[in-house]
Amino acid sequence: MSSTLRAPGARLSRALPMPAGAGLARMLVERNVTSFRHGWIALATGFAEPVFYLFSLGIGIGALVHSVRTDSGLAVTYPQFVAPALLAASAMNGAVFDSTFNVFFKLKYARLYDAVLATPMGPRDIAVGEITWSLMRGGLYSAAFLVVALLAGAVRSWWALLALPAAVFIGFAFAAVGMFATTFMRSWVDFDYVTLAIQPMFLFSATFFPLSTYPGALQWLVQLTPLYHGVALERALMLGDTGWGVLGHVGYLVVLGSVGVVGAARRLDSLLLS
Amino acid sequence: MSEEILLHARGLTKTFGDFTAVDGIDFAVRKGECFGFLGPNGAGKSSTMRMVGCVSPVTRGELRLFGLDPATDGPAIRARLGSCPQRDTLDEELTVEENLWIYGRYFGLSRKEARARAAELLEFAQLTERARDKVEPLSGGMKRRLTIARSLINSPEILLLDEPTTGLDPQARHVLWDRLFRLKRSGVTLVLTTHYMDEAEQLFDRLVVMDHGSIVAQGSPRELIGAHATREVLELRFDAEDHSELAPLVEGVGKRVEVLPDRLLVYADDGDEASAQVHARGVEPLSSLVRRSTLEDVFLTLTGRTLVD
Repeated sequence: MSSTLRAPGARLSRALPMPAGAGLARMLVERNVTSFRHGWIALATGFAEPVFYLFSLGIGIGALVHSVRTDSGLAVTYPQFVAPALLAASAMNGAVFDSTFNVFFKLKYARLYDAVLATPMGPRDIAVGEITWSLMRGGLYSAAFLVVALLAGAVRSWWALLALPAAVFIGFAFAAVGMFATTFMRSWVDFDYVTLAIQPMFLFSATFFPLSTYPGALQWLVQLTPLYHGVALERALMLGDTGWGVLGHVGYLVVLGSVGVVGAARRLDSLLLS
Repeated sequence: MSEEILLHARGLTKTFGDFTAVDGIDFAVRKGECFGFLGPNGAGKSSTMRMVGCVSPVTRGELRLFGLDPATDGPAIRARLGSCPQRDTLDEELTVEENLWIYGRYFGLSRKEARARAAELLEFAQLTERARDKVEPLSGGMKRRLTIARSLINSPEILLLDEPTTGLDPQARHVLWDRLFRLKRSGVTLVLTTHYMDEAEQLFDRLVVMDHGSIVAQGSPRELIGAHATREVLELRFDAEDHSELAPLVEGVGKRVEVLPDRLLVYADDGDEASAQVHARGVEPLSSLVRRSTLEDVFLTLTGRTLVD
């Protein structure tokens, strides 16, 4: 029976670049949960960051700026404008941090995966387990942030319920690309490139001011970056300002995530097995 | 000991770019025996162990464990192996007992099974009192015992140990040997590497001597000593910068003379008689010592170098 069941799977794994695994990814999630019970402070800081930004910018700058006109022409308060962007940016930050720095540390210094790979678990289990755990945490942070945003009056629509899965989806796309990038990392010096990519995106993806603020040529450049689409997606949902354009943002992130998944899958074996 | 072969390699090769770490070696391990790889650092022992542990792909040649090929059945093979790497890879973010539970979960054990097994292994490793402590403050010997305990969580049929006692003090080494003997008596097949010859002589039923990625000799410790060394060795130390200049003085005594930087080794079946001959020639060493031949002498004879530099 198992051979007939396995045949299509084997064909699929030949067609797709799929690293070896034993279907035990959940065990790595369990390991991470166990580890986090000792380090709850790390869990708390992940939640605090976007909330601090919301209060400092939303309340602080919000006192100076009474109303912002979004790119779709909607007039909203500054906290309402900035909260969705912070949600998207923190989903990106968390996912990228977990899939690059954390994975690299566990790989090269804690040598965690050396021990894991000596069991039936394979590279695929590690990748799926780490990304799942990162998304679980990211989802928890996003949910908490949404509650705070709601209490702060930054949520205008029931569409905001979809902002949570959207944040997890944004996290997934960035985690996949992040893990792909990590397979090329040789030392900590290479992580400067990660910072180099993340920081400008955080600042200039129509995060803190609308796209229309930028000169025409720069507007195109901003629209090419992935975080812009994450921000635009969350903003549409939390402000209830949805339209067909939302699908364009989703499409962009689907392509990004797919490139990351396929690329990471192709290179993961070489990263983990020498 | 049974004749059943659990593990065999033919022409097993591992290359990293232009570098050949393991160069076409053949060996076979029988069920229930303690099989060893002896050789200096860089001989290819660890690369071999990593291939046998199914964590490093085979470059060329054939490797079979339990009749299965690591390239296609890696997870199924690893489920039946225990692996104790050269460097401790304990999970420093977890406690001692969590290290065991979680490792059991990696093998797909149920939570209940993993906990029961962990409790037994804490006893075995003499770590029950440290169960709830973090791993980091444990002594080197305790960490090693925990690593070995962890590698037993799935009740493996073959236990792989890569230099299990390197870096341990003599007392901790003896505790560890005692644990390994118990495992062997309970029927676990042990595959070890070491560069300590006394360890190899005490533990190994059969061994291969490796140098530069190749096997230079194989057999039981007694067979190897019988085949490649004399029964006894006379060690002579002189007050000299360069002992090679002194070699002609004792030439012809015993069967062979080996020059080391700090002493001369005279291989002879009767060490005392060789010593008497040296003194009869009027040669006055600072010290002379007669001892039995060891695997170190076998290695020296085969490769012209010592095991630990």
